[in-house]
Amino acid sequence: MLGFARTETFRHGIHPPEHKDDTCHLAIRRFPFAPTLVVPLSQHLGKPAVPIVREGQEVVRGQTIAEADGFLSVAMHAPATGIVRRIALAPSISGDMITSIYLQAQPASSQEVAEGEPCDLASASSVEIISAIQKAGIVGLGGAAFPTHVKLKVPEGKHLDTLIVNGVECEPYLTTDHRVMLEQTADVILGVRYLLRATGAGEAIIAVESNKQDAADKLRQQLPDDLPVTVHVCPVKYPQGAEKLLIQALLGREVPSGGLPVDVGAICVNVATTAEIGRLLPHGRGIQERVITIGGPGVRHKGNYRIPIGTTVRFALEQTGTLKNLSRVFLGGPMMGAAVSNLDIPVTKGTSGIIAFTTDEIGENIEVYPCIHCARCVEACPIFLNPSQLGLLARHEEYLQMAENYNLLDCFECGACSYVCPSHIPLVQYFRLAKKMVRKLEPAK
Amino acid sequence: MSVLHKTLGIGSSPHVTSGDSVDTIMRNVVVALLPVTVFAVYVFGIAAALVLTTAIISCVATERFLGKLSNRPGTLGDWSVTVTGLLYGLTLPPHLPLWMVAVGGFFGVSIGKFLFGGLGSNAFNPALVGRAFLQAAFPQAMTHWNAPSASGQFFDIPSSTLTIPFVSPVFDSVTAATPLAMMKFDGIQTASPELFFGLTSGSAGETSSMLILLGGLYLIARKMMNWRIVVSILATVAVISGAFAFFDPVTYPQPHFMLLSGGLMLGAVFMATDPVATPITNAGCWLYGALIGSLVVVIRFWGGMPEGVMYAILLANAVSPHIDRMIQPRVFGVRRGTG
Repeated sequence: MLGFARTETFRHGIHPPEHKDDTCHLAIRRFPFAPTLVVPLSQHLGKPAVPIVREGQEVVRGQTIAEADGFLSVAMHAPATGIVRRIALAPSISGDMITSIYLQAQPASSQEVAEGEPCDLASASSVEIISAIQKAGIVGLGGAAFPTHVKLKVPEGKHLDTLIVNGVECEPYLTTDHRVMLEQTADVILGVRYLLRATGAGEAIIAVESNKQDAADKLRQQLPDDLPVTVHVCPVKYPQGAEKLLIQALLGREVPSGGLPVDVGAICVNVATTAEIGRLLPHGRGIQERVITIGGPGVRHKGNYRIPIGTTVRFALEQTGTLKNLSRVFLGGPMMGAAVSNLDIPVTKGTSGIIAFTTDEIGENIEVYPCIHCARCVEACPIFLNPSQLGLLARHEEYLQMAENYNLLDCFECGACSYVCPSHIPLVQYFRLAKKMVRKLEPAK
Repeated sequence: MSVLHKTLGIGSSPHVTSGDSVDTIMRNVVVALLPVTVFAVYVFGIAAALVLTTAIISCVATERFLGKLSNRPGTLGDWSVTVTGLLYGLTLPPHLPLWMVAVGGFFGVSIGKFLFGGLGSNAFNPALVGRAFLQAAFPQAMTHWNAPSASGQFFDIPSSTLTIPFVSPVFDSVTAATPLAMMKFDGIQTASPELFFGLTSGSAGETSSMLILLGGLYLIARKMMNWRIVVSILATVAVISGAFAFFDPVTYPQPHFMLLSGGLMLGAVFMATDPVATPITNAGCWLYGALIGSLVVVIRFWGGMPEGVMYAILLANAVSPHIDRMIQPRVFGVRRGTG
């Protein structure tokens, strides 16, 4: 990296307005407990957790209420002290009904968090830390909700040298990672220690974008000299938080198509996830709450809140208040977040924000023009696909050709192509559908 | 009832867009062409204004008529046919009979655009299709040029302009050869400042390189035009013609003359850059531009006509899908040759 100046970013990408000023200066506040919390057993990629409580059973906040089912699964913890009312299907963000634990919070309870078996950094082995992370129910809090312990287990024959702690937070409106870095700096650093120990990586890089310079400064200030950790400030660009792009930006390495970061000797862990590891593991606790941004033009009391998992979007928005001309609510940022029509969906571990738009932002039907080959999508796509051609093929339902000749499956739906398209073609929507169709069609071949 | 109890609308992410749309891009092209258009009227008088107006009206009317006929209404709102009409008018000799203008406009939009499927599907630049049709159908009228600001008679409407359809037009204005024709047939090279500012004879909008470049820079600054195509065309013409002029300065014109004369500037900046008929990758655009540049030099030096920009662009339009098939971006994490 010495010798010539490297701009620490990836190629292509876009610069949507950041809209982070509304909430980035607001300290994290604790959110009240909803009367009923809905804890889905599947909040992560992988197998759903298995409930270990009965209907009618009293539980204490922080108590494990469901256990991991195999390696590709994590545990769930009670977000509040109360009574398990029922274990039944509940609506989820994907549209599917998911088995969930309905928990009635005890109004009179002190809501003291139960402690478990601590995982001592000084004595724990790599395997013990990885197992503790699984027991703590930790998944990627950036939005993908991939079980963190699975990532940390370096496959045989692979060598890992760099741990990247992802504090890029490139989605507009979201400021949770920013606040976590500022307010839980010590947790982040402790989390990095756990992660380095678990993975055996030689060094760690904490990556932030230049719109979070204050967080970078604070981290640098508090980093102890004995830790092989550096803080890198990247220029602001979307979607820099995507791990493959961040690895390219920081290390100049290209994760192979269909491969994993570990194939190029790196892993990426979200900074809020890292902070949770540092906060929970010394006490043997599990994730039963998380920090989210509730914001967007449609919300009255915007802010960053530490909210119990299982709080419904409806309760959250009732507390913060909304404008009358609300038109769309989505979970996560505006680039990749999924819109919800049913507000009874609960906040899960992967929910980084609740953003509400009004009719001023989302108008009536936007006119869709034919593709004029302007190539803006080609210039925006961070993985160098040809969205224009893919969109054309999708319209003709040539799904297999999209996958075979135009690398459809490399698309991670960042939305940059749709964002820039002057014809307003719903490219990402096409690609999402096409990927589903390909997965359906391919085994039949 | 609280707003939170209504069913909210959903939609696929992203929930934000850049705000640009096809019609804003097209309107900006019109804005970029305004200086050239005003200058054309200033230099060639009311006749040029009539030609331009007829060109736009014929193109817009054709689109509207065919849209109604095929139940695809409302395509005028994307402004693309307005751009086509204006560009088409700017490529025509300013004293061309108006009925010919109308026929060419109809042909360009119906055959060049609509038959292919309308906006986004046209293989060729519709404005140039219309012009190519006129060039083939009325070769004499299409090569009759009048001098700029001829005798200062701005408001004179030349008799050729109002010729009755299918009657051979009588040109009453003083004929003036274009700089390229003078070069080709008489070996006279027009001075560069005249070419740059546009005080020569030629098609209505092609004479002022300065104003064309100004419009191009505006679009490039607004990221509404791929500058690589323009640079590639101009650089190719300069390099090839420069090489010939270097070894044989008597026969071949200087590269700056090649760049500033004829329809090259207008073609390179506004015609060759029609995104619909150009390659989608930047590498493809460089190749496409180089192809146009080479063809222009070949036609101008060794072809029967003094000018070849139109045919060069149309030929490159035809090749463009094949360039796209050859050149695709290298996908992240995929090595070339193994994908």
